[in-house]
Amino acid sequence: MLRYMLKRLASLVLSLAVASLIIFALIEVAPGDPASFMLGINAQPETLAALRAELGLDVPKVQRYLTWVGGMLTGDFGTSYTYRTPVAEMVADRIAVSLPLALYALILSILIAFPAGIFAASRRGRPGDLGVMGATQFGVALPNFWFAMMLVLVFAIQLRWFPAGGFAGWDKGLLAGLTSLTLPAIALALPQAAILTRVMRSALLDVLGEDFMRTARAKGLSARQTLWRHGLRNAMIPVLTIIGLQFSFLFAGTIIIEQVFYLPGLGRLIFQSISARDLIVVESVVMLVVFAVILINFLVDLAYAVVDPRLRSPK
Amino acid sequence: MTRTLIIGAALSTLLIGLALLSLVWTPYDHTSLNIPNKLQPPGAAHLLGTDHLGRDILSMVMVGARTSLGVALLALAIGLSLGVPLGLAAAMHKGNWLDETIMRGNDIVFAFPLLVMAILITAVFGPSATNAIVAFGIFNIPVFARVTRGGALPLWEREFILAARVAGKSHAHISIEHILPNVLNLLIVQGTIQFALGIQVEAALSFVGLGVQPPTPSLGRMLADAQTLVTLAPHIAIVPGVAIIGIVMGLNLLGDGLRDALDPRLQKART
Repeated sequence: MLRYMLKRLASLVLSLAVASLIIFALIEVAPGDPASFMLGINAQPETLAALRAELGLDVPKVQRYLTWVGGMLTGDFGTSYTYRTPVAEMVADRIAVSLPLALYALILSILIAFPAGIFAASRRGRPGDLGVMGATQFGVALPNFWFAMMLVLVFAIQLRWFPAGGFAGWDKGLLAGLTSLTLPAIALALPQAAILTRVMRSALLDVLGEDFMRTARAKGLSARQTLWRHGLRNAMIPVLTIIGLQFSFLFAGTIIIEQVFYLPGLGRLIFQSISARDLIVVESVVMLVVFAVILINFLVDLAYAVVDPRLRSPK
Repeated sequence: MTRTLIIGAALSTLLIGLALLSLVWTPYDHTSLNIPNKLQPPGAAHLLGTDHLGRDILSMVMVGARTSLGVALLALAIGLSLGVPLGLAAAMHKGNWLDETIMRGNDIVFAFPLLVMAILITAVFGPSATNAIVAFGIFNIPVFARVTRGGALPLWEREFILAARVAGKSHAHISIEHILPNVLNLLIVQGTIQFALGIQVEAALSFVGLGVQPPTPSLGRMLADAQTLVTLAPHIAIVPGVAIIGIVMGLNLLGDGLRDALDPRLQKART
């Protein structure tokens, strides 16, 4: 178990190091100097040089990379070129919207997909199964931002059950916050639930064909008991993989959905920073999202070991 | 299930056919503005209505779908042309430094969420259709490398490959002559799926202004325009959205159907 974890941890660190190099290199080749962008074309050379020094742009690239990475490790994400405020503060405000939204969507996705997948698998080939599978084909093809617009049209504008956009803020209470996130979460969750339903169904069908399932029936367990005690646990490996992937996807997907609902999350921060060429913000937020994704994949790997003891000891 | 294949093929052919038809014919000129005639609901003159500038939506969707399909197809080409050789090379010497480097490199590209990568690329090089293609193309590379490697590895253990090696053929030669034709099924299936994904990615990127730029119409751009007008005239948002769903569903069903039809093992399992 320990060796397995250490190996995964080493690959986590390596991935992070390479990812940070790629992000830094990409931002480095970006045309245009942030300092001259901020000061405009009529800037005096001395002012420009002073600002470059202030932003730390005058030191060699290697040193800048190390400062950036070192800063990220200690929670110092640099200072925004345009707002002159620490990026970490800006990110903290925004993540309080994006992260709960992604989690909310993930929970919805699981709540829809588990029953639907189990239902379809237990009625394999019958009309119930075909109905669920047909619905998932539609769900997989559904663009979440378009679905979001349709939800706004029906539930915000016509029925007025939910706000059409904006975020009430957590200080207005949990319910107000969740209400503003409900339509965005549904829009994000449904296409993902369709994928998860399919994975759940096929993983269960694979397990149902196993010999130990027949043995469990033979020793007198009912079909339902076999499914719950032996089927689900063994079907969890592929399902966990997809849940892990979905969380990364949902977290990144909030970037687009926030545009539809005018939510002040990480996505809006990224787009505002892109248009202001505030590349330090883009750089740090992208690194943060990539870090989250790599970390989640690492946690999923660890979760495998918990679910499947065979993976704990290397062959 | 051949039914899946038939429905998928019919739906994709119909919609891709309509998009291709726009090369020679559209009901109206999609660039001609007719402001007095704006936001018309679907009717006899304009089957799917008109947009905020009085342009015929059916014509726009036909031309827009063509752009979206083009973006997805080019990204697919990037993924195939780089991913397949990498996958073949990795499988050729399983476990050696080349295989390790390729697979670790793949892990890292996979760690970048697609959208974030696209945003990073467009942030640096500016929003454009080309950059959207490159971003999704890069994402496609590890997908195809992985599928190719996964399909090729068991083949290297097979006797017909051993026979080819005994006959003195080089590894590269065997990869192209014997391995590639045998992983083609997998590539076709994965290709349809990535093609469908490409349509969705184009739509998402163009929707937030990072993909296809005006005045070129694309399904994603039409939705971006529709966002502010959806309450006034829902049809201008509904039509491009339904077109995306139709194309993506068609391609996904086609991919599923092809997988079932091309994989004899799955057929046996079903009967």
